[in-house]
Amino acid sequence: MAVVGFAQAPHVRATEGTTNGVEMLVPVFAELFAETGLTKEDIGFWCSGSSDYLAARAFSFIAAVDAIGAYPPINESHVEMDGAWALYEAWLKIRTGEVDTALVYGFGKSSAGDLRRTLALQLDPYTVAPLWPDSVSIAAMQARLGIDAGLWSERAMAEVAARAHGGDAVDLLGEPYIADPLRRHDCAPITDGASAVILASGERARELRERPAWITGIEHRIDSGSLGARDLTTSPSTAASARAADVDGVEAAELHAPFTHQEILLRQAIGLGDDVSVNPSGGPLTGNPMFAAGLSRIGEAARLLFDGLHGRVLAHATSGPALQQNLVCVMEAR
Amino acid sequence: MPLSAPLRVGFDYTRSLGPVLGHFMTELRARRVVGVRGSDGRVHVPPVEYDPVTAAPLSEFVEVAAEGTVVTWSWMPKPLAGQPFDRPFAWAMVRLDGADTPLLHAVDVADPSAMSIGMRVRIRWAADPIGGITDIACFEPATNPLPTTYPQFAEPSTTPTRPSPQPAGADRLARGRPPGEGGGRAGDVTMVTTPIHLDVVHSVSPEESKYLRALAHGKLLGQRCPKCHKVYIPPRGACPVDGVPTTDEVELPDVGTVTTFCVVNVPFLGQRIKPPYVAAYVLLDGADIAFLHLVLGCAADEVRMGMRVRAVWKPAEDWGTTLENIDHFAPTGEPDAPYETYEGHL
Ligand SMILES: [Zn+2]
Repeated sequence: MAVVGFAQAPHVRATEGTTNGVEMLVPVFAELFAETGLTKEDIGFWCSGSSDYLAARAFSFIAAVDAIGAYPPINESHVEMDGAWALYEAWLKIRTGEVDTALVYGFGKSSAGDLRRTLALQLDPYTVAPLWPDSVSIAAMQARLGIDAGLWSERAMAEVAARAHGGDAVDLLGEPYIADPLRRHDCAPITDGASAVILASGERARELRERPAWITGIEHRIDSGSLGARDLTTSPSTAASARAADVDGVEAAELHAPFTHQEILLRQAIGLGDDVSVNPSGGPLTGNPMFAAGLSRIGEAARLLFDGLHGRVLAHATSGPALQQNLVCVMEAR
Repeated sequence: MPLSAPLRVGFDYTRSLGPVLGHFMTELRARRVVGVRGSDGRVHVPPVEYDPVTAAPLSEFVEVAAEGTVVTWSWMPKPLAGQPFDRPFAWAMVRLDGADTPLLHAVDVADPSAMSIGMRVRIRWAADPIGGITDIACFEPATNPLPTTYPQFAEPSTTPTRPSPQPAGADRLARGRPPGEGGGRAGDVTMVTTPIHLDVVHSVSPEESKYLRALAHGKLLGQRCPKCHKVYIPPRGACPVDGVPTTDEVELPDVGTVTTFCVVNVPFLGQRIKPPYVAAYVLLDGADIAFLHLVLGCAADEVRMGMRVRAVWKPAEDWGTTLENIDHFAPTGEPDAPYETYEGHL
């Protein structure tokens, strides 16, 4: 099975569109169909990732289905997760043999609300969420743990940001903290966006693309929901996913790290050497649309294979506070 | 510019606690902290119901101290709604003495320079504990002078009929169910209520914006799909059949046909009309999709499929960018529309 197409909406701080994503998705689907020559009738299965909490309305993904033109009825599913997990479901669906193509999409309009607060609602609802700890503060506590343990430094974090944005790490360290020890450059921007990927099996993939991105391993794992029970300086679920997906020999990696220290943490957890190119697309630090950014990592990594830039690549997606849940997808050209 | 408006969504999430978290909250109300011993011997605070590694159910409670050590922290210069303080404070993970895992909470210090890993902090209890994590008001440096007294606190009575004075915040964290259920002691905390409110700016699509702006002038504006030529009201960012935005504007009359309807006999929260009344799908003449509205102006049992109806508008001075400008639809008295004219829209 292979990724044969990828498209994404522009990363913007705030769209004028609705929270149901239709305005972002219609052009993304059109681009994918133009790229692959497929039409909506050719798609065997549709699967999306999005969140009602972000949209502040129930069953918000239903309205997004309009963007497909879902008549006659389609074979469709949804996960209240990043689109990367929708891709996992689609991968399973194709493996059943029931369909040979799937279109996976994710979308989110983070600008509609206060993202830092909204993400507090993914925390333990009994002992943590009633305090409304926000996503940036939790990441900041994780960053400090790693700094204290000598696993990374504010300087190393600034270097990650400088590589993503350009600029000089030393200059960045002169900026004020927004959540000590995090500075603005350590945090992915709040981004509205959408992305979509087409999967196809075997012969179908060869028909659709000269250089499909063949999936050789895709795995996801989750760590405890109890923040205190986790070792926040590493990511056991990422390490376990990477082992299971067999990441040996990857030349480039798209890592879904919304904070600079998390990129370093993920490199360490996966065991990526210095010779592995990380986030050549710019990564989430240059655009982090919720519920699409993980799927975009898979799309961006696949594009490296489409374009013949690499032979074996890794994509990672995350969900939950401080890298709680992680997915690793390894793809190669053949 | 598309229209947008602030929207506040909220719900008071009420959750039963079960034996582990229920005991934790009951003890918090008595200004004690208990953890639970995990499969590997670690003491988890807050307690977890199942071991994070082995998934074994856990039940061995261990009381821990109200004082502990900061494991990590971050600084919150501009607190968000709902957080423990509305002035700058620190978030910290605090390992209480006797515990092996840290608890996330706020530390009340004036400045980040007062914070460090390894610093000693202790719990500042809420004045009126009610059995929730907010019974820990925050942590404070252990070097602070101890408060002279906490407000007097009585052990919960074993008599369930004891009149319980409503402490401040009791509406936020409810006190529980009748005794004798689930093996807990009478008066134990069994429920927690957490009000959740999110403020968003809700935007409508460019197509819907045109429709809503036209409504403010008493006009019903639909749009036609460029592919299937169906007329949608409201117009849509994507035709659900073709997945393309509707385009050509079509002004529709305020007269149409009831395609289907139901008689509302059941009262519900927020109901504005006394039952029985009729909610009906009205297909405006020239439209290809019906919308839901009220049919009044006749007895509920006289409403029927095919009935011709006309909009009854509110006074023009009350109009806004909303379909509520139409108060309801009322029968026109014309003969019923033949079934074939609306069968494709059911
Ligand atoms: Zn159409």
